[in-house]
Amino acid sequence: MPIHKVVSNAEEACKDIQSNMTLMVGGFGLCGIPENCISELVRKNITGLTCISNNAGVDDFGLGLLLQGRQVKKMISSYVGENAEFERQMLSGELEVELVPQGTLATRCMAAGYGMPAIYTPAGVGTEVALGKEVRNFNGKDYLMEFAFDSDFALVKAWKGDHKGNLIFRATSRNFNPLMAMAGKITIAEVEELVEPGTLDPDHIHLPGIYVHRIFQGVNYEKRIEQRTVRTRS
Amino acid sequence: MALDKIGIAKRIAREVKDGMYVNLGIGIPTLVANYLPQGIEVELQSENGLLGMGPFPWDGEEDADLINAGKQTITTLPGSVFFDSAMSFGMIRAQKVDLTILGAMEVSERGDIANWKVPGKMVKGMGGAMDLVASAKNIIVAMQHCDKAGNSKLLPACTLPLTGVGCVKKIVSDLGVFDVTPDGFVLVERAPGVSVEEIVQSTKGKLIVPNDVPEMVI
Repeated sequence: MPIHKVVSNAEEACKDIQSNMTLMVGGFGLCGIPENCISELVRKNITGLTCISNNAGVDDFGLGLLLQGRQVKKMISSYVGENAEFERQMLSGELEVELVPQGTLATRCMAAGYGMPAIYTPAGVGTEVALGKEVRNFNGKDYLMEFAFDSDFALVKAWKGDHKGNLIFRATSRNFNPLMAMAGKITIAEVEELVEPGTLDPDHIHLPGIYVHRIFQGVNYEKRIEQRTVRTRS
Repeated sequence: MALDKIGIAKRIAREVKDGMYVNLGIGIPTLVANYLPQGIEVELQSENGLLGMGPFPWDGEEDADLINAGKQTITTLPGSVFFDSAMSFGMIRAQKVDLTILGAMEVSERGDIANWKVPGKMVKGMGGAMDLVASAKNIIVAMQHCDKAGNSKLLPACTLPLTGVGCVKKIVSDLGVFDVTPDGFVLVERAPGVSVEEIVQSTKGKLIVPNDVPEMVI
């Protein structure tokens, strides 16, 4: 049976994402976010979503767009500053938030992609993050047991991808994208450049296509910069 | 005179040694990169997936795909490498990073640190701070010694939710340099023009003052 993963656009890729599902969304801040898929979720106007994503976007871009439309029930993130609407919804109790140390977040994705049910990490030992969690001592140091994430869909963004779903990321837009791609029950990859198999050097592929179920050529990338910081020439 | 932010960054920069892999937190720690001693080679790790972080880009050369953990546009250097977030925290957890420099809202005399949450007021999240402090070989904290009301932030025990337990090794505040030992804070250096008396009065946690406390040279 031929492997057929290419879909025409975000609408087709996201056709069976429904309200109340759990979604992983790649990116760090606004860097490497799946802009096309997020726009499609806004258009579909599905609600009650649980989003696992390192950040929650800004008020008018990224996952902030889903928050504006009250589409998110719960966020699982490591850092959610830079978003006034998020803070308002969280403090008023409209939005449920689970804050997870960043390395724990990444490794819980990795564990899912490696077929492991849980990890042990020292992050959060002795803090409120440890409440209710199993603590185990290895070689004199305490570790928390943290479970692999379980998600319905993973939405990721890559620089280049081929028809088999093999992905290459660019610079720091890699971040959580390959990990979430590995962890999703169904993984949707949007790419800046979709190429024929054989175009990408097998030695240069960051994520094997076996983890990717649907892939499409994204359009109209804004790639907004959150903190433009430059040196000025004198 | 107490140190300003740049003074704190300059003093911490002297703790950075040739060949170190260093993770710099947001705020004052980021400034440390500007004042590293001449002639040493240091690799800066940015936990969003970069080793070998370079300076901010020239105006017009910024790249949306290339940012640091504070989401600022940055550059690479010859020999830089990118990786995913799990590997990034893998190298942190496995103690491959030699030195972590980060800010704090409170530090206790046992080396506990609080820097991620003020209940009811600020809930932005811990980002990578909990992972960094739980695993770092050496942690230096850059902080203001007192809050705006003049209350000490070097305490017997933290009042804010903890980021990590018993992990801080050294503090550089606007008033001085302190080692964090099993016996409490040890005053190592005074900021220029700041008296031992002033530091004692500004420190609520247990403070050990040696006979001779030299003035800092920046």
